[in-house]
Amino acid sequence: MNMAQEGQQHPISIYFWIWGLLFVLSTLSYMVDYMEFQGYLRWTLIIVFMLLKAGLIVSVFMHMMWERLAIVYAILVPPLVILVLILLMSLEGDYTFGTRLDFFSDWTQFFTGSEH
Amino acid sequence: MAESVSLEPGLKGVVADWSSDQRAFKNVPWGKAMMWIFLLSDTFIFSCFLVAYMTVRMSTTVQWPNASEVFGLSVGGVEVPLLLIAIMTFILISSSGTMAMAVKFGYEKNKNVTFWLLIVTALFGASFVGMQAFEWTKLIVEEGIRPWTNPMGAAQFGGAFFMITGFHGTHVSIGVIFLVIVAIKVRRGDLDKERPGFMTGRKGRYEIVEIMGLYWHFVDLVWVFIFAFFYLW
Repeated sequence: MNMAQEGQQHPISIYFWIWGLLFVLSTLSYMVDYMEFQGYLRWTLIIVFMLLKAGLIVSVFMHMMWERLAIVYAILVPPLVILVLILLMSLEGDYTFGTRLDFFSDWTQFFTGSEH
Repeated sequence: MAESVSLEPGLKGVVADWSSDQRAFKNVPWGKAMMWIFLLSDTFIFSCFLVAYMTVRMSTTVQWPNASEVFGLSVGGVEVPLLLIAIMTFILISSSGTMAMAVKFGYEKNKNVTFWLLIVTALFGASFVGMQAFEWTKLIVEEGIRPWTNPMGAAQFGGAFFMITGFHGTHVSIGVIFLVIVAIKVRRGDLDKERPGFMTGRKGRYEIVEIMGLYWHFVDLVWVFIFAFFYLW
C-alpha cells in the first residue's frame, strides 16, 4: 500500500481494541490506588501500567508502528536523555533533603529530648 | 510518490533515508513531520515540569499531601479516592479513541462521520477542561490550596499542581479550539476542494486531520504521565 497517497489507513477494529485496552489499563492503575498498595509494589505497578498505556497511544493511535524507522528514531530516541536529568536531579534532591535535615530541622533535639 | 516502491526497510533504511537528498522522512508529509518535532519539544517542557516536581518532592522535609485524599470525592456520604481524576482519565482516553477514528474516516474522505467524530472529541475535551475547572475551584476555595502554601503539608504541592495541570489544561483548551476549526474545515469541504488555510498557501488535505490527531493523542499521552506521577505516586 502506498502510504504517501493513501495516508494512514488501518481497520477500525484496531482502534476499538486499543481503546478497550487503555480502559482496562487505566482501571488497573486506578485499582493500585484503590487497593492501597504501598512501596515498591505500588511504584512498579504504576510505572508498568503507565509505560504500557504510553506505548499503545504512541504506536497505534499516533501510528508510530507503521512509520519508517528514520522518523521513529528521530522522535523517540532524544527523550531518553531525560533519564540523565532524572538521575542528576534525584541526586540533587537527595542532597538538598539531607542538607535541610542537617540545618533546618531540630531532629537532633528530638533524639536527645532537649527543649529549645 | 514513486520513491515509496524502492524504500529499504530496517536499519539500512534509516541510513539510506538520512543520507538521501532533499528529505529524510519518507512518506511523512511535511506538516506531520513538523508536528512531531513540535511534540518532541513539548515532551521536554512537560518532562522539565515533572522532573522539577520530583526534585521538590524529594527534597522537602515536610510530609507530601496524600493525593488520594486531596482529590477524593464523597458520593452519597462515601469517600471515593481519586474519583474525579479517574473519570477525567476515561474521558480523555475516549476522546483519543474518537480522534483516531476521525483520522481514519478522514482519509476515507467520509466528510460527515469525520466531522461528527471531531465534534465528539472536542466535546470530550471541553468536558475534561470543565472538570478541571471544578477541581481547581474546589482546591482553591474549599481546601485553601495556594501555589505557595496549603493546609495539608509540603508547601511545594500547590506550585507543582497548578503548574503541571494548568499547563496540561491549556494544551487541552487549545486542542479543543483547533478541533472545532478542523471540524469546520472538514464540514464545508475545504479539504476536498484543497482550499488553502487562513495563514498558509498550502493546499488543504485530509493530512491535517491526522496532524490534529497527533497533537490530541499527545495531550492524552501527557495525562498518562501526570496521572501516574502526580495523582497515583
